[in-house]
Amino acid sequence: MKKIVTAALAATMLTSIAQAAEVKIGFVTTLTTGGAVIGNDQKKAVDLAIKQMGGKMGDLDVNLIYGDDGFKPETGKQATDKLLKQDNVDFVAGYIWSNVLLASRKSVLDAGKFLISANAGPGPVAGKLCNENFFSTSWQNDQTPQAMGEVLNQKGVKSIYIIAPNYAAGKGMVAGVKSTFKGEVLGTDMTKWPTQLDFSAELAKAKASGAEGLFIFYPGKAGGAFMKQYQQAGLKDSLPLYTVFSVDALSLPKFQAAGFTDVLGSQFTQFWDPTLDNPQNNKFVADFRAAYGSYPSFYAAQAYDSMFLIKSAVEAVNGDLTDMDGMRAAMKSASFPSVRGEFTYGNNNMPIQNFYLREVVADADGNWTTKIVQTVFEAHQDSYAKDCPLK
Amino acid sequence: MGRLSAIGWVTLVFMLALAILPPIFMWTGQPFYVDLTTRLVVLAIAAVGLNILLGFGGLVSFGHAAFIGIGAYAVGIPAYHATWGGMDFIASYNGFFQLALALAASALFALVTGAIALRTKGVYFLMITMAFGQMAYYFFLSLDIYGGDDGLTIDVRSELPLISLDNPLTLYLVAYVSLVVAMFIKHTLVNSRFGMVLQGAKGNNERMVTLGFNTYKYQLVAYVISGSIAGYAGFLLGNFTTFISPDMLDWTRSGELMFMVILGGASTVLGPVLGSSIFILIEEVLKGVMGWFDGLLEPLIGRELGLEVYWHLPFGLMLIFVVLFVRGGLMGLLKRRGK
Amino acid sequence: MDYTLLFLQVLNGVQLGLLLFLVASGLTLVFGILDFVNLAHGSLYMIGAFVCASLTFLFGNFLLAVLVALPITGVVGFVIERVVARNLYDKDHLDHVLATFGLILVIDTLTQIIWGVEGIAVPLPAWLDGQVQLFEGAVIPSFRLLIIGSGLSVAAGLFWLVNYTRLGMLIRAGASNRTMVSALGIDIQTLFALVFALGAMLAGLAGMLISPITEASIGMGNQIIITTFVVIIVGGIGSMKGAFIAAIIIGLIDTLGRSFLADIFGLVMSADAASTAAPAVSGMMIFILMAVVLALKPQGLFPPKVR
Repeated sequence: MKKIVTAALAATMLTSIAQAAEVKIGFVTTLTTGGAVIGNDQKKAVDLAIKQMGGKMGDLDVNLIYGDDGFKPETGKQATDKLLKQDNVDFVAGYIWSNVLLASRKSVLDAGKFLISANAGPGPVAGKLCNENFFSTSWQNDQTPQAMGEVLNQKGVKSIYIIAPNYAAGKGMVAGVKSTFKGEVLGTDMTKWPTQLDFSAELAKAKASGAEGLFIFYPGKAGGAFMKQYQQAGLKDSLPLYTVFSVDALSLPKFQAAGFTDVLGSQFTQFWDPTLDNPQNNKFVADFRAAYGSYPSFYAAQAYDSMFLIKSAVEAVNGDLTDMDGMRAAMKSASFPSVRGEFTYGNNNMPIQNFYLREVVADADGNWTTKIVQTVFEAHQDSYAKDCPLK
Repeated sequence: MGRLSAIGWVTLVFMLALAILPPIFMWTGQPFYVDLTTRLVVLAIAAVGLNILLGFGGLVSFGHAAFIGIGAYAVGIPAYHATWGGMDFIASYNGFFQLALALAASALFALVTGAIALRTKGVYFLMITMAFGQMAYYFFLSLDIYGGDDGLTIDVRSELPLISLDNPLTLYLVAYVSLVVAMFIKHTLVNSRFGMVLQGAKGNNERMVTLGFNTYKYQLVAYVISGSIAGYAGFLLGNFTTFISPDMLDWTRSGELMFMVILGGASTVLGPVLGSSIFILIEEVLKGVMGWFDGLLEPLIGRELGLEVYWHLPFGLMLIFVVLFVRGGLMGLLKRRGK
Repeated sequence: MDYTLLFLQVLNGVQLGLLLFLVASGLTLVFGILDFVNLAHGSLYMIGAFVCASLTFLFGNFLLAVLVALPITGVVGFVIERVVARNLYDKDHLDHVLATFGLILVIDTLTQIIWGVEGIAVPLPAWLDGQVQLFEGAVIPSFRLLIIGSGLSVAAGLFWLVNYTRLGMLIRAGASNRTMVSALGIDIQTLFALVFALGAMLAGLAGMLISPITEASIGMGNQIIITTFVVIIVGGIGSMKGAFIAAIIIGLIDTLGRSFLADIFGLVMSADAASTAAPAVSGMMIFILMAVVLALKPQGLFPPKVR
């Protein structure tokens, strides 16, 4: 036993000595448990991005190291610490889950490295805990449900019932929709995350409340479970469903295989869609489909963007990774080609961007995907920016 | 002292290695391995505490993670209030205050839950201790102010005179010395009259009762000591990870602690330390082996399989193998070879 | 008070309770008769779900898939008994716990290798995918009604099996006194293997019934196993009646807690604090129940008569 350990230690020591001119990027995502569906999609996008770059950012070779958060804040923090301390990465990107990001952020920022969120955007990180070395290629959690609240107003919905998981992002989603929705919220249920997958009690309450609409947030497999139970409860006409982050390119093929046609036509808000017409997005979606045979999810899109954001920083300083100020300025300018089109960064380094209403449709070949129905917000900034002392 | 037995030698060498390796890791620029060893040693302290109950008292507690969690929150909650205000009577960065709080809270929790749990026996005891652990888990889950499910980041570590826990090596040495002390306490305890009664009750409770011993009281004291040691480990763990969440109290973590003790060999001094070492290091080792295997296969099948994420498979097989073919955990293996 | 809602929630609670009973009945049999602590019992629940999901796509029919998946799960249970469990019976509970934990890791990883991490959504035939109106305002998904129906029939079947058949007689005898059964000249090895396979089929059935609702997914077994242990401990190890009553009680507590606790808490604290505290406390309630039961009756509600 001990011999193996010593051998393993010696091996890692040797490898860390041989270092070429390279940029080391750590990417923390979920590679085990049910959450790995999302992590794998992000990994595909990151691998694709690096492949398209020819494995290089400027003159530097890209050395990409994945960390697995195991769907748990504590494990995510450990993976982050390992990337920082053992692998000495220059950038740490990734983070699907808000609670994992909140647990890990201090390690990265204390080490003086850049932290790029490719999904999670909890309020504190955009507000009082904002940091000059933190950037997001996604959104602040509250923004997407805020857009949905606006859509609900436009549709003339007078009252809603809310069901969401009881963790950082769930709370942000609820706060978001409540902040823009002008009607009445007849009840809010927060469920145990990520273990609760049976929502019979909550659905019965929602129906009994007499609300005109049901707002939910269930990312990953919980979303599929919720949609299924919603359909089984037969609420489509009496209690229309409004979702954020609960239907995505990962769940749609599964729904299609299961013949779950109720999903067709369902609408949700988001900052991006595969049909957004800009050169970077067209290339991304086409290459992703060619490589993996499926539509990329928004998680993939954000992960893809994070690599190009880092590339813009590395190239701006000609590969001098000690020039933190130069790299920061380059990222802050948001001059990299983004799949969402042009956008800017706010004082808290969160994107100021458009939000769209997406609808589930079948494409020309019959595959289920989404299209854009309307633009809900233009150049929208999150509401926490004012709490952030950065300029 | 006399001549050391084979087991004694192994214990000595293993503990010496634990003392020497981290400074070497530090000086050779491998801080990650210092972290790994610190985690290992901290969990070993809790495992040593659990072993007093499990190995010598025959009382299988499936809720010991609760004590670790209580100890960690005893660091996090005062520090949170010292940083963000509120609850002035508890707000403090003072290490001694936090440590006293950790020990007092875990001892109290042990006293109350132990008094009830010890009414039951065998697997019922295992389950009722798990129930109490889960109650503590859900209790911290319900505290919105300390992050609930999302956990709590500790911005400032416990402040102690002369030493700074911010230095990883100092923190490690504190943990290491604590482990040695914990092992010593256990050794003394087990070989005392108290320990004899405890072990006697494990073998034949009725006989001990007939002999006039109130075994319930002895077991309760053992439960409180065991819980306090785990609480102490929690105090260190909070300072080490600087992030605490209810997850630390979950039954799966209690299970891991229990597995460490059984794997290493219950009712031995070194067993829990060995068990926790395996549990912490095995992930790194197996991932390394699987990655190496992946690299070997890559030219044959033309792509990476990403085998690393499947490291649970050989680990699970190893656990089954140990139970089936090795009696008394890894220490049992050593003992047999020693003969 | 909305009595229709209360009625529906009670029905939901009973449905959850019956699913728990299906898993718990097998566990309590294996524990009671074989004196074997099987943490990996939840893995059989997961295997049932995945096998059934694959077969549903193969046959295009959910019910047919269940019928074929049941014996397959039984065979898997049989094989696990032969290869692993059998060699553990003469070891102590701690060894069982460690080895079956290892088994969980192995089965979870194998499942991930075979079926991937995505999970499988299981389609239902149209006649099961709708709703049934019980009375004005009380509409319930027909599939949930099917779960209640099959749960009750399996429970009835088990009671018949345990109380009125020769196998049941042996099972009851085995639960209270193992040596006596083997002294009777019964092939105890075969009896044990049969009991294990039966337990696997029951857990598998629960997995099959839940998969159209929550999907078949990795780790689903580990989420139910701990609640299942609570059920059999509260009921008393080896007691079928105890497992049934405890399962229904726990199903009701969980569902009613989720339904009404937040409103009750809302009366005494802020809405935000209540929405965090309520799910936590409702999760805690089954453990409080177990602690109280064990404090009062250290061997559960229906302890086996002889041990």
